[in-house]
Amino acid sequence: MKRNLEEETPGEVMHTKFRWLAALAVGALSVGSMTACSASGGSGDADTITYWASNQAPTVEKDAEILQESIDRYTEETGVKVDLEVIPWSDLYNRILTAVSSGEGPDVLNIGNTWAVSLQSSGAFVPWEGDALEAIGGQDRFVQSSFATGGAEGQAPTSVPIYGLSYSLYYNTAMFEAAGITTPPATWDEFVEDAKKLTVDTDGDGTIDQWGVTMAGSSISNNAHQAFVRGLQNGGSLYDDEGNPDFGNDGVVTGVKQWVDLMAVDKVVSPSDAESVNGSDMAATFADGGAAMFFDQAPDANLAARDFTGYAVAPVPMETADATGLLGTQSHVAGINVSVFENSDNKEAAIDFVKHLTSDDEQVYLNKSFSSLPVVTGAYDDPAFQSDTIKLKQEILEDHAQPMPLYPSEGQMETLVGTAIKNLLATAAQGGSVSESDVKSALEDANSQMSSGQ
Amino acid sequence: MTVNVLPPATAEKDLPPDPHQQAPLEPAKRKKHRSPLAYFLVAPAALAELLVHIVPMVLGIWIAFITLNQLSIANWVNAPFVGLQNFVTALDPSSPIAGQLYGALGRTLMFTVIVVAIAWSMGMLGAVLLTSSFKGRGILRTLFLVPYALPSYVGTIAWAFMFNQRDGAINRFLVDDLGILQDRPFWLLGGNSFWAIVIVTAWQFWPFAFLMLLAALQNIPGDVYEAASLDGASLWKQFTQITLPMVKPANAVLLLIMSLWIFNQFNVPYVLFGPASPEQATLISPLIYQQSFNNWNFGLGGAMSVMLLVVLLIASAFYIRMVLPKGQHDD
Repeated sequence: MKRNLEEETPGEVMHTKFRWLAALAVGALSVGSMTACSASGGSGDADTITYWASNQAPTVEKDAEILQESIDRYTEETGVKVDLEVIPWSDLYNRILTAVSSGEGPDVLNIGNTWAVSLQSSGAFVPWEGDALEAIGGQDRFVQSSFATGGAEGQAPTSVPIYGLSYSLYYNTAMFEAAGITTPPATWDEFVEDAKKLTVDTDGDGTIDQWGVTMAGSSISNNAHQAFVRGLQNGGSLYDDEGNPDFGNDGVVTGVKQWVDLMAVDKVVSPSDAESVNGSDMAATFADGGAAMFFDQAPDANLAARDFTGYAVAPVPMETADATGLLGTQSHVAGINVSVFENSDNKEAAIDFVKHLTSDDEQVYLNKSFSSLPVVTGAYDDPAFQSDTIKLKQEILEDHAQPMPLYPSEGQMETLVGTAIKNLLATAAQGGSVSESDVKSALEDANSQMSSGQ
Repeated sequence: MTVNVLPPATAEKDLPPDPHQQAPLEPAKRKKHRSPLAYFLVAPAALAELLVHIVPMVLGIWIAFITLNQLSIANWVNAPFVGLQNFVTALDPSSPIAGQLYGALGRTLMFTVIVVAIAWSMGMLGAVLLTSSFKGRGILRTLFLVPYALPSYVGTIAWAFMFNQRDGAINRFLVDDLGILQDRPFWLLGGNSFWAIVIVTAWQFWPFAFLMLLAALQNIPGDVYEAASLDGASLWKQFTQITLPMVKPANAVLLLIMSLWIFNQFNVPYVLFGPASPEQATLISPLIYQQSFNNWNFGLGGAMSVMLLVVLLIASAFYIRMVLPKGQHDD
């Protein structure tokens, strides 16, 4: 090193300097700049379409295995081949945006239904109206609350549902019995009371080893869902009537405070949960006996993979047991939608493939495999969807679920509100107190970040 | 009286050629013989440079001046031009985004200084240790390079497990084994999270410092130390008077490269904390990522990137002038 430097001519020194600077410049800019490379595009071959699927099963490999079976049936029927790629959730939105910006995307793709309006406004997807909607059997075949998540009100949706999901309360039946609790809690007060009974030091070593509730405190989306549901239950809303973000209103503050209080005040959640980034951590803690309850959408496959069956499912508790309308919200209309890329070279085959995925038979097969809910009414006759759990979830979707706010900025809202709650839980986990004004100022800060960033 | 002075012509003829005098002639000589073939041969590299460096850079700068978000991304060529608006949003002290930016800048600067200091000191210590030969030196050298050889993601994931509050190895060691701490502290939340990224980053970078310094140390002739110890110089004196000055050129490059890499650190916080770092550990690159890819505001992220680039260019230029005066002198 020493020798090289000393022998370098001034020109070489400058050149070396520019090399560093160029490398530095690219390094610095690459973070904020768009990648120039395009996404793997539609194949352009009339007999082949590309499909990006989201990750529903415990592993991406399992997803591919399940989907391939359905794809094989489609190929056999139509002769059209499908190139499948299963994309983890952490990459999916950015992959979609890259595809949208380059115009080179897959022919068919799955999206989280809370992104539907954001992606609709990009104009990159085929609207489901007229011939396209007719080709998949029309709107009436679908569960209407799920279909409503496909786009903004008053506009033709650019996605149709493929899997339906809703939040419910999962509880350990043996722990409930041991604590003398006979029925699952119907109100929030009962829930907190039961959670306190279930938070125990089972081996008498002075530390709690069975917590009432487990949560994924660092999961941005889980936190945002809770802000939405708990906010509505308390008469608040994340957006005002004009569609402007309004995170700091009293109802949302009360709801978020209730959620954070589970750790900060009620002490029924392990402080360690504040570190938990992944929703599947909750299923793991629950299956290991570390907690008696948690809220989730479809952890069944995850619990089965851990050989845990000692649980039951109940509705999410509300402020009053008989609450209805917005006050009776127990879940957002959760689920996955499917879209066709406007730039697809094989639009006809792509729409036909969506018809296949949303057909009654495939809906039975897919939703049974992913332990989710069919989004077409015709599939519910199958015995697989006659269980109490499925009926309960279906009822929640029909009567107690609201779509997440249908505005293009929904994505940023999830990030900002979810992060604010993550930070509040981090404070609680470290023994700090979280007052109502702390919650209010965290949410208002998130609100003003959203306004100033637009 | 005889003055023994050789005529200049003779002197030049008889003396061996002076490389310092020859050097400036070389480029001119080369220039004379440059044929179109040379340009042809260089063309692929120039094209690659253009595509890999220049075009993305220009695109990045352009993005900083437009409103590029999920609404405009489908037609990004026609995204609305907003002039300096993104820069104003990022810098306006009354906006919470600017607050985050200033906080992250200060924190990143402190982070860089601390990590470079730790990594450099450990690297120097390791290099000095391994310069003298002893049994097991080869094994030690291999061991020292493990953090550098390991993919960054893998190493950081392992640290994330170790930092876990409930059952991570660090709390087990500090609380259960040694009993120095009573309550299990959080390492990935709150104030400790800053120290978590400092530790992991220093761990990843010190072998690089070690490698560079070891190479530099091995270029110092052993008889210099021999002479110094014969003159009674202590080991510390030898280190400060011989080692440090002799490795200065290597150090200058090492410190610059390490500072730039560490200032732009992204992998470690992203793997340790996920897409949103705790406030006390938010560095500048993850903040830019957050604005660009979590809030989907690529224009604002682009503006922050451009500002970061300008700050680093100025700092680097200043540093190069300060520590590499030789290049300036030769001009």
